[in-house]
Amino acid sequence: MSPFVPDFDFQRVFIAPWARDLASFGWIALMGFFVTAACGLVGNFLVLRRMALVGDAISHSVLPGMAVAFILSQSRGTLPMFLGALVAGIVATVLIELIHKKSRVKQDAAIGIAFTSLFALGVILINLYAGKGGVDLDQECVLYGEIAFVPLEPMVVFAGQTLGPIPVVRMALVALVTALLIVLFYKELLVSSFDPALAVSLGISATVVHYALMGWLSVVVVSAFESVGAILVIAMLILPAATATFLSRRLPVMLGLTILHAALSAVLGVHLAVWLDCSSAGAMVVAGTALFCAAWVFNPTDGLLYRWFRERLKAPAVHPG
Amino acid sequence: MELEKHMGGTRNRQTMTANLGAHAMRAERAPLSHVFSLLSLLLCLLCPSSGHAARIGDLVETDLAEQALRFFTFQDPAVRYALLGSMLLGITCGLLGGFIVVRKMALVGDALSHAVLPGVALGFLWNMSKDPVAIFVGAVLAGLLGAAAVHLIKHTTRLKEDTALGLVLASFFAVGICLVTMIQRLPNGNKSGIDKFLFGQAAAIGEGDVKLMLVATGLAVLMILLFYKEFLVTSFDAGFARSVGFPVQAIHYGLMLLLAFAVVIALQAVGVVLVSAMLITPAAAAYLLTDRMHRLLALAALFGLCAGALGAFLSFLRPNLPTGPLMVLAATAVFVLAFLFGPRHGVVARWWRRRSGAARIQRENTLKAVYHVLEAREFKGEGVSLRELAERRRETVEDARQQAVELRRHDFATLQQDGNAIYLTPEGWQRACAIVRNHRLWELYLTNAAHIAADHVHEDAEKIEHVLGEEVVRLIEKRLNYATHDPHGRAIPGLADLRRGEAPASPLPGATGYGRST
Repeated sequence: MSPFVPDFDFQRVFIAPWARDLASFGWIALMGFFVTAACGLVGNFLVLRRMALVGDAISHSVLPGMAVAFILSQSRGTLPMFLGALVAGIVATVLIELIHKKSRVKQDAAIGIAFTSLFALGVILINLYAGKGGVDLDQECVLYGEIAFVPLEPMVVFAGQTLGPIPVVRMALVALVTALLIVLFYKELLVSSFDPALAVSLGISATVVHYALMGWLSVVVVSAFESVGAILVIAMLILPAATATFLSRRLPVMLGLTILHAALSAVLGVHLAVWLDCSSAGAMVVAGTALFCAAWVFNPTDGLLYRWFRERLKAPAVHPG
Repeated sequence: MELEKHMGGTRNRQTMTANLGAHAMRAERAPLSHVFSLLSLLLCLLCPSSGHAARIGDLVETDLAEQALRFFTFQDPAVRYALLGSMLLGITCGLLGGFIVVRKMALVGDALSHAVLPGVALGFLWNMSKDPVAIFVGAVLAGLLGAAAVHLIKHTTRLKEDTALGLVLASFFAVGICLVTMIQRLPNGNKSGIDKFLFGQAAAIGEGDVKLMLVATGLAVLMILLFYKEFLVTSFDAGFARSVGFPVQAIHYGLMLLLAFAVVIALQAVGVVLVSAMLITPAAAAYLLTDRMHRLLALAALFGLCAGALGAFLSFLRPNLPTGPLMVLAATAVFVLAFLFGPRHGVVARWWRRRSGAARIQRENTLKAVYHVLEAREFKGEGVSLRELAERRRETVEDARQQAVELRRHDFATLQQDGNAIYLTPEGWQRACAIVRNHRLWELYLTNAAHIAADHVHEDAEKIEHVLGEEVVRLIEKRLNYATHDPHGRAIPGLADLRRGEAPASPLPGATGYGRST
C-alpha cells in the first residue's frame, strides 16, 4: 500500500511547481486567486448583510439551469451557461418567495427546500444527458470543480499577445469588474449595508442595491462554478471576509485583506495539493481555512489566545491567593 | 405557537394518531411497545417468502408495474437491503427533521450534513474498507465537531450565525474533498465506492449497513420517545423550559447528536450533499398538514419513508442513477402535493375558502339590500322587484338578476313574476334579519362603548357583519341593554322579526332585542 500522506519533499512541493511546471501551476494558482478574490470581494458584503447562506442557495440552484443550457446547446459556451444559470437563479428566488409567502413554512426551511430540489434536479439531468455527444459535465465537476484542467484550455490571443487560457481570462475580467463596481458604488454599498435607514434618507434604494448585489453574486458564482464546484464556492465567498473581520474594523482595509487572503490561499493551496496530491480547489479552501483559524487564534484584538491571556491575567486580581 | 397550546390535549387525541400509520410518536402511553412493534414490523419485512431472481436493473424488458411490485414486496434479494435502508433513513430523517423545522434550524441541518464528509473519509481510512461502524463513528464525531465549531465561532467572534454555518459547512466539506481525492489516488481507492457517499447509491447498502441503521434508528426513536416532552418544550418555549429547570443546552446538544445520527444513517443512500433535503422537506410537508407536534413527527416519518422507498426504486430503474437526488425529488413531490392540496393550509383549499367566502359575503349583501328595500317601504307588500333592488344597490337589473339567481340557488329566495321579483324564503328572511341586526348592533356598540362618532361606524360594520357569531351578538346585546335602535335611529331587527319566518307587512309592535323574548 502506498502511503496515504506522501513524504514532504521541499524541493518537490515548493520549488518544482515554480521552476519546472510554471506553465500549469502558474495558471492554476492565478485562476484560484481570481476566483477567491472575486468571490471574497462580493462575500464581504454578504457577511456584513448577514446573507452568507444566500451564496449557498444560489450556488446550488443555478445547477439545473446550467445543465439544461448545456444539454440544449451541447457545449460549455459562456453565454448559454450564463443564461441558463440566470434563469435558474430567478426561478429559485421566486420559489423561495412562493413557499415562504403562500404557506406557513419559515424562510430557512423554504430556502432549504428550494435549493436542494433544484440541485437534485440538476444532478439528475447531468446524469441522464451529460457525457453524450463528446462534451462532459459530470458529478465530480459539480462538487469540486476542475481547476486542474485550466491549463489545458485553449489560449486567448488578443492583439497578437497570448493572454492565457479562456477560463483564467474570463475570471480575471470578472474579478476586475467586481473590484471596479465596488470602487464605483462604494458609498451605496457601504451605507446600505450598515445603515439602511440612512441609505433611504440619502436616496439610495435598498431594493436596487440588494438585487444588484444578488445579480452580480450570481455572475461571480457561475463563473467560479466550473473551477471550484457548487459547494466550495461558498467557502470562497465567506472565508476571506470572515478572516478579514478579525484583523480590521474598517471596510477598505478588510477589502484589501480579502485580496491578500485570496492570494495566500491560492498559492498555499496549490502547494498543498502538490504535496498531498489531492483536489486543488479543495486544497485552496483548506489553506484558506488554515489562514482563518490562524487569524481567529492569534489576532491581537479579540483572538482566542489574547482572550485566554486576558482571562489568566485577570483571574488572580479577582481572587487573590 | 399553536402547537404548544395543545400539549395538554395530546392524550385525548391519540386515537387519531394511530390512523396515520406511523407508530412512533404516541408519546405518553407505553412508548416501548410501539418501538417494538415498529422493529418487529421491519424484521417481518426482512424475511420474505420467495427469492432467486436477477436484480431489478437487469430486468429491463419487464414493465414498470411489475418492477414496482417486485421491488416493494421485497421479493428481490439484491434490493432488499437497499429498500429497507432507504425506509429506515426516511423515518429517522423525518423524525429529526420535524424538530429541525419547528426550531428554525433548517440550515443547521445543512451545515451539519456537509460537515460529516471528513469523518466519513477518515472512517474509511481506518482499515481501508467500507466498514459501517468505523464510518459511522467517524461521521458522528465530525458532525459533532462541526456543531461545536459553529458554537465556538458564534461565541468567541463577531461573526454571525449564518457566517459561522457557511464557514463550517464549506471548510469541513473542503477537508473531506481533499481526503476523498487522496483516497481515490490510492491503488484500490478508485474501486472503493467512497465517491458514492457524495450523491448516494442505495445499491451499495449491505447487510451490515442495514443492521447498523436499524440500531441507530431504534436508538433515535427511543431517545425521542423518552425525552419527547423535553424536546417539545425546549423547541417551542426555551424560556419556559429554562424556568422549570430543563437543561436546555444539554437538550440542544442531545438533539444535535441525534441529528448527526440521522445524517449518518442517510449518508449511504442519499449522500452528503443532499441529506439536508431529507431532513427539511418531509418535515416541512408535514408542517403544512397539522398543528400537533406528535402528528407532525408521525407524518414527517411517513413522508420520509415514502420518499426514501420511491427514490431507491427509481434509482434502480437505470444503472448508475444516483439515489440521493431522486429521493430528494420524491420528497419535493410530497411537499408540492401538501403545499397545493393540504386541507387547511394548502393553496387550493385557501383559494377555495377565499372564493366561497367572497361568494357568501356577496349573497349576504344582496339579502341585506332586499331587507333595506322592504324596510324603506315599511314592510308593505310582498316581494322585491329586481328594478327596486338594482336601484337600491345602484347597479343594472342584469346584475340584480344574477344575484337573485344566486339567492335562489341557496334556497334563500324564490323568483316570481317571470323571475322579476324576489320573494325571500323563511331562511332568507332570517339571514337578512341577522345580517342587518349584526350591522346595526355593531354600529351602536362602536358609538356607545368605543365612543366613535356615529358617521364613522358604517364602514367597519360593513365588514364585521359577516363574521360576528351568535355568542358575540348575545354579549353585545346584553352590553347595550337590549337596545332597539341603532345610532341612525333605525330599528334593530329582533328575535321576533326573525321568527316570523316570512316578510312581514309591518314590523311587529315592540319587536326588540334578540335576547329579551327568551
